[in-house]
Amino acid sequence: MRHDLVLRVIAKLLIPFILLFALYVQFHGDFGPGGGFQAGVILAAAVIFYGLIFGLAEARKLVPEPLVESMMAIGVLIYGGVGVAGLLLGGHYLDYFVLDPNSVLGQHRGIFWVEVGVATTVSGVMLKIFYMFADRGKVDEE
Amino acid sequence: MSGTTTAMTWGGHFTYFVTVFLMIAGLFIVIARGNLIKKLVGLGIFQTSVYLLYIAPGKLVGGTAPILSDAFTVYSNPLPHVLILTAIVVGVATLALGLALVVRIREAYGCIEEDEILELDAQPGRPQREPQEQ
Amino acid sequence: MAVTVVVMARSRNLFGVVVLGGLYSFLMATVLVAMDAVDVAMTEASVGAGISTVLFLGALYLCRSEETRPVRKPWLPLAVSMTVGVVLVYGTLGLPEFSDPQAPIHTHVVPRYLNEIKQEVDVPNVVTAVLASYRGYDTLGETTVVFTAGAGVIALLRRRRKDRAS
Repeated sequence: MRHDLVLRVIAKLLIPFILLFALYVQFHGDFGPGGGFQAGVILAAAVIFYGLIFGLAEARKLVPEPLVESMMAIGVLIYGGVGVAGLLLGGHYLDYFVLDPNSVLGQHRGIFWVEVGVATTVSGVMLKIFYMFADRGKVDEE
Repeated sequence: MSGTTTAMTWGGHFTYFVTVFLMIAGLFIVIARGNLIKKLVGLGIFQTSVYLLYIAPGKLVGGTAPILSDAFTVYSNPLPHVLILTAIVVGVATLALGLALVVRIREAYGCIEEDEILELDAQPGRPQREPQEQ
Repeated sequence: MAVTVVVMARSRNLFGVVVLGGLYSFLMATVLVAMDAVDVAMTEASVGAGISTVLFLGALYLCRSEETRPVRKPWLPLAVSMTVGVVLVYGTLGLPEFSDPQAPIHTHVVPRYLNEIKQEVDVPNVVTAVLASYRGYDTLGETTVVFTAGAGVIALLRRRRKDRAS
């Protein structure tokens, strides 16, 4: 249908920009507003948008369920891993000063990895919850 | 606006009044409406009023957003921002779990009105339409 | 925002209530920007108006009902809410004025953050630096909470292949 076509074209134009914006918010979070949480939510919103327009099966092919579930866990593990790395290098748990001989760079490195972990978990969880809600309705209609 | 601790101006406390209004509106929706989804919406309103409660006192007139830059010297307080950022994310996590519970209640009882659910619960020996009993 | 909230309380069409909730979140985000809380505004806009609305609509689609008319006038809850409101207003009269630089919130730990971030961490966004470095434990807990919420939703809504048990 014509209306469907307009939505699909607009979605195809917008989704790359949304993904790019999510990455921008993630990495630019040190210099402007942003950070891990916002980036994770925007990333999940991009995939949800794709799923709404092109169908849930397409979205599942793009981001399959095992990937989403592992993303949820890996993010938390990355965060904990940064803490353990601090332990292994001689400082306290989650101590960023020891991650690099130059302590300021160590802070940068620690903050970077921590934000990556947070964004991964948040986007994974949001996407998984969306999949679960949508899946429940689909089976109900059978 | 006076800076002494004894006097108080109504204008100076305006944000607190807005916060309290939103808080009692959210509270009213939670306790007065029976529909479970509407209760969750009311809970969300309550949560946002709490965000305002924390962030409003942190603002300094003439200050700017707490992003360090050589062009500004006065910054608004960043500490409430940090706490509320966590609160927002935890709030949406709670909301997701609440909605999942509502969906399950709907499947078990057939409706999401609090009064009807209490009536259905009061009936003796009512099977909750648990799938494994069918 | 007050008008939005009142309409939300009175409306019985749940879809309208959810959409108004999204509108309310955007208005709240605007107010937060006026309060110089740009990080919080971005999070509130994306989470409150984005994800919350999507989840509510998903749940509405699964529940598919409209709110029924209440059987009795809500006088008692109204009275309780008003009492709580009066008590809260009385409590806030003792709090510091809006934009008072001498308020306790500005005096304990925050000057240390604002002054020492440049040489300790050198990240211009103070909120990110505090969130990820000075208060990293809290963020670890928060990430765990998000993960737990996801796990909880999985546990609640999972289906097996054959039957509809979970």
